Amino acid sequence: MVRRAIVDRRKCAYCGACIAVCNLNANELIETFLEINEKCNGCGLCVKTCPMGALSLAEV
Amino acid sequence: MFDLVVVGAGPAGSMAAKTSAEKGLNVLLVEKRQEIGTPVRCAEGISKESLRRFVEIDKKWIASEVIGAKIYAPDGTEVVMAEEIAGNEVGFVLERKIFDRHLARLAAKAGAEVFVKTTALGFERTHNGLKVKLRRLGEEWEVETKLLIGADGVESKIGRMAGIIKTLKMSEIESCAQYLMTGLDIDENYTYFYLGNELAPGGYAWIFPKGDRSANVGIGVLPSIAKMPAKCYLDRFIEKLGIKGKIVEFVAGAVPVYGEIETAVTDNIMLCGDAAYHSDPITGGGIANALSAGYHAGLVASEAVAKNDFSVRFLRRYDELWKADFGGKLRRNKKLQEFFLKLDDPTLNSLARSIAGKKIEEMSVQAIVVELLRSNPSLIELFKDLLS
Ligand SMILES: Cc1cc2nc3c(=O)[nH]c(=O)nc-3n(C[C@H](O)[C@H](O)[C@H](O)COP(=O)(O)OP(=O)(O)OC[C@H]3O[C@@H](n4cnc5c(N)ncnc54)[C@H](O)[C@@H]3O)c2cc1C
Ligand code: SF4
Ligand code: SF4
Repeated sequence: MVRRAIVDRRKCAYCGACIAVCNLNANELIETFLEINEKCNGCGLCVKTCPMGALSLAEV
Repeated sequence: MFDLVVVGAGPAGSMAAKTSAEKGLNVLLVEKRQEIGTPVRCAEGISKESLRRFVEIDKKWIASEVIGAKIYAPDGTEVVMAEEIAGNEVGFVLERKIFDRHLARLAAKAGAEVFVKTTALGFERTHNGLKVKLRRLGEEWEVETKLLIGADGVESKIGRMAGIIKTLKMSEIESCAQYLMTGLDIDENYTYFYLGNELAPGGYAWIFPKGDRSANVGIGVLPSIAKMPAKCYLDRFIEKLGIKGKIVEFVAGAVPVYGEIETAVTDNIMLCGDAAYHSDPITGGGIANALSAGYHAGLVASEAVAKNDFSVRFLRRYDELWKADFGGKLRRNKKLQEFFLKLDDPTLNSLARSIAGKKIEEMSVQAIVVELLRSNPSLIELFKDLLS
């Protein structure tokens, strides 16, 4: 189990704010589809930045 | 082989592609979205003058014109700017869906190749330039180029891959939410700004009229001090002000409030617009600087091709140009932003009261600061650092 950011696609407005603050290049916005990859270390910076409250940390 | 590949067809990228293509360069503009300009991530306000410098005004993408701005302190004290000089230095609210497409078309018309729904994944250095990796509809391939411009906005990966910029910290980015609302009862001659640490920590709320009783109603907050997502602050603002209207569009986004970066170039690569943190640290406005940076990067690209010199030393010419145009303003407004962040709501209220009712005849942050200093000489100590 590792801690990672997960996205609630019903809330995500695909704005890219989370990409701008990720130090690990662990996320990518493919048009309207946000992908978070295995590089994510669960630092939570993107969670704090998301204007929609669409991100959270979870054990996956 | 291309002379130049531009990543991102926002105002910065399209302007860079247009300028360099007009100078005869063989240019490719790539945009990952399938529709340039949508979704909009902007409140669309810009001064007439900064737009005219770079594009011919076309009514098709002007949503409305305003004659001034009204700023509200936390207790509601109103400060009005530019009321007396209607017709002169007034502002536009754009229709960016149309504006961004128009700019991209100008680039295409000037001869640039345009690929949409195409993502730049990265680049590799070769003996005589770069190989840029692209992906479209799941297919990946590479193009060769002498120069690369990263105009890929706030989510810029080119700048980070090239080692030109560092990732933004929580105190260097505004997290924003906005509704396009209709059926509003507002005076459409003004843009409106609302300040307050409770209302919008580290940012402000805005109403920018778009004509026919509609407006962009939005908010930006600084994640380092915000206690909840921007959207929650926006909903609370709308409720508190009692804004009645229907939401017909939803916008989220982020804008760098970093200040001036030391350099926007490295060998073969230049950054412009939000990708180079060119947006204003106080207002979050970035269209004007994106246009200017794109224009100057395009010019330097054509000079570099003419001289066949793509070294960081040569490309520094671009740094000189954008810094001469707006670097000083970014620096000063970053300090101002840090200063404003220290003011609590009672101080904001008393400052606003000290200048309320005075005529501030220029629509700029500087004009307000000058008026504040005139009315509150005790502030001068605090501002010394800024004025130096
Ligand atoms: C809510 C909000 C309100 C704002 N209000 C204002 C305002 O009123 N006035 C103002 O002047 N500014 C405002 N701004 C800021 C303004 O929107 C930006 O400064 C401006 O859009 C920057 O232009 P740009 O060309 O640098 O980047 P963008 O307009 O962001 O364009 C970047 C483009 O690059 C594309 N891209 C990214 N990565 C890739 C890739 N790997 N491959 C291909 N394409 C890619 C993106 O899809 C995008 O189209 C606001 C911002 C927000 C979020
Ligand atoms: S910041 Fe939030 S709304 Fe924006 S793309 Fe990331 S998850 Fe989606
Ligand atoms: S939690 Fe941290 S590492 Fe993971 S995607 Fe968000 S910012 Fe990146």
